[in-house]
Amino acid sequence: MRGRPLLYTSYEGDQALLNTWTKKTVFGLMMLLLILLPLGVVPGFTWAASNSWMLVFSQVSIFLIAALGLNLLTGLAGQVSLGHAFFMGVGAYTAAILGGPEGPLWGLGLPIWVWLPAAGMVAALVGVAIAPTSFRVRGLYLAIVTLGLVFIGEHLFRNFDFISGGSQSGRAFPPFEFKFWKEETPLVDFSTDGSWFGVELSSQAKTFYLMLTIAVVAGLVAKNIQRTRAGRAFQSIRDRDVAAEITGVDEFRYKTLAFALSSFFAGVSGALFASFVGRTIPEAFGLALSIEIIAIVLIGGAGVVSGMALGSLFVIVLPLLVLNFTEWLTTVAKTGDGIAQSIADFVVATSSFDPGLISSIPGVSPGLNVFQVNQVLYGLLIIGFIIFEPLGLFGIWIRIRNYWKGWPFTY
Amino acid sequence: MTPGLLILAQADASSVDRFLQMLVNGLAVGTVYALLAMGFVIIFKATQVLNFAHGALVAIGAFLVAIVAVDLDIPGRWMPGAAEWLTWSLAAVVGVVLGGMLGLLLERLFIRPMVGEPLFQVAILTVGLDIVLRTVVDDIAGLDGRPLADPWGISTATFGNVIIPHTQLVQFGVTAFTVAALAVFFRSRTGVAMRATAFDQEAARAQGIKVGRIFGLSWFLVALLAGIAGIFVSIFPRAAGVSSATAFVAFRAFPAIILGGLDSVVGAVVGGLIIGIAESSASVYLVEFDNILGTGFSAIIGYVIMMIVLLVRPYGLFGTEEIRRV
Repeated sequence: MRGRPLLYTSYEGDQALLNTWTKKTVFGLMMLLLILLPLGVVPGFTWAASNSWMLVFSQVSIFLIAALGLNLLTGLAGQVSLGHAFFMGVGAYTAAILGGPEGPLWGLGLPIWVWLPAAGMVAALVGVAIAPTSFRVRGLYLAIVTLGLVFIGEHLFRNFDFISGGSQSGRAFPPFEFKFWKEETPLVDFSTDGSWFGVELSSQAKTFYLMLTIAVVAGLVAKNIQRTRAGRAFQSIRDRDVAAEITGVDEFRYKTLAFALSSFFAGVSGALFASFVGRTIPEAFGLALSIEIIAIVLIGGAGVVSGMALGSLFVIVLPLLVLNFTEWLTTVAKTGDGIAQSIADFVVATSSFDPGLISSIPGVSPGLNVFQVNQVLYGLLIIGFIIFEPLGLFGIWIRIRNYWKGWPFTY
Repeated sequence: MTPGLLILAQADASSVDRFLQMLVNGLAVGTVYALLAMGFVIIFKATQVLNFAHGALVAIGAFLVAIVAVDLDIPGRWMPGAAEWLTWSLAAVVGVVLGGMLGLLLERLFIRPMVGEPLFQVAILTVGLDIVLRTVVDDIAGLDGRPLADPWGISTATFGNVIIPHTQLVQFGVTAFTVAALAVFFRSRTGVAMRATAFDQEAARAQGIKVGRIFGLSWFLVALLAGIAGIFVSIFPRAAGVSSATAFVAFRAFPAIILGGLDSVVGAVVGGLIIGIAESSASVYLVEFDNILGTGFSAIIGYVIMMIVLLVRPYGLFGTEEIRRV
């Protein structure tokens, strides 16, 4: 069907996961790129094979899973939730109880194939328990109820210090390793360097492969949910809940299902996140985390699975770019000359009491430090995307695509 | 905010005194929540926006007062010999009005383009605003806090066995005056226009009301309320000045608006007082149950009450039920 956009000769073709030739190619190439990335053999992407970038991409995968969950609830079913971090916390502490090291804090030391699904299941159960509120309370009221959930959750996590270790020291989470049960040497260990099938891999690269696999599976599941009866029911509730009910969609049942599915993703993501970081305090699962996930959904494009990948890449990588950019500006301001130097000197403060918008010396010069610049940019991005591009990065892609579809005509 | 209040609770007080002291502390917290909740409600009624940037407005209002009163010493520098309370109060008014101007600006720049967009989008936009504003204020105000240098300091008055700081007496007075002024305002010509806009924007427009101007006015009013609340959050006995913690008080006021109903100004005041007294009584009477409820339970009791009330009455105590039409 090449060359004839939007011409489908069968229902299956229309409903396929990758329903165009372009999508198939792009998806295949992306997968190939991601698989080869840690090996450092892709021309132009060899920098990405470094350990620090591997960690960044692992984090992107983890946040992608959480965003897919929130996307199901907010993007698809239209239920506003600020409580995603709470469900992530539930997943993380379930994983800690089941898989965490035995010691003063609760921990059974079970293998990953027990604690990872369990983290999702327990979070989903909590989601089912919360769902009835969404049936009674609508719109912005629901946003505030879920906001309350985050605060109450934080309080609970902090006070169950026999599980969470309290807010002083936090606790250790289970490491990434495959075991049958509790034997000494794990089958597959992600925390040490080693070779797989004759290829030398760092522990970071191994972790990335694990996260990537889980994220891709999660993405396919999320994409498939959109195509099912439940997915269509979610969208009808989002578009007009009363109309959905009249056409026979059981609102209560599908809202509960949406909460359960979304919380399952959140739970899995939370468990992976905590294990990935290794040691976390209860405050990590606060409002800021919820807002980060919401930002991913909005920036990526609410309701679109591939948008979530773009969104999480954007939100996680942006701070690093700002950091590198600031370092570069600082070197320009110190060693450069001409106009570039004057501009850089205006933007960054290089010594104490040197006025500049960005200060590299925290607490001394008046400008914002790099972390604060990141915060401000992050806030401005949220504002900018909502005002100018409500469909997010995906919306930008749509416009580019439509331009080329009609080329050389304007429409 | 409880540490400051705990100093005021006398260890050997009788149970009646303890109750009265708790009530006064609760009202002190509650009036702040009432001011904040009124701000949320006015914006929600006028523009249908749930304003998450309210906390930032609180911090900015208090910060501007600190700048005007301490750093610039306006109008004190032109009034040598005038009473300290007078110059400081005038400075506070100047600072709060400056904060109001900022509210006006924010509405024009960020909220006006969003008229007619989905409510959730606008709510998240205010989250973005909150992040930006709060980061900038944090950077300027610093972690240590910037004192407001109010003339009352830590002096207290004693009624029987109940201790009330002078600042709280001022706070009660100012809050009562603000609520009364708002009540009068809503009966004025502009106030009626505002209520008409909140009721039905299109109909209001057809009557010749400039809806955009009303939106701006409501943000101005709300920033004023936030600034007033900000002053009382950052002085004795609650804090030593504006700091990065000041903005978080807004999150404690959320249960109050939900309790009263998102669209009821009366509900906001009642809800604020209820949550304030609940927090205060929890910090006095529920301390013995810390091993069950967890330390710091008084900080989240508002949310617990909110959850329970919402399950019984989904639109709060005074909110109007949304009629769902097909």
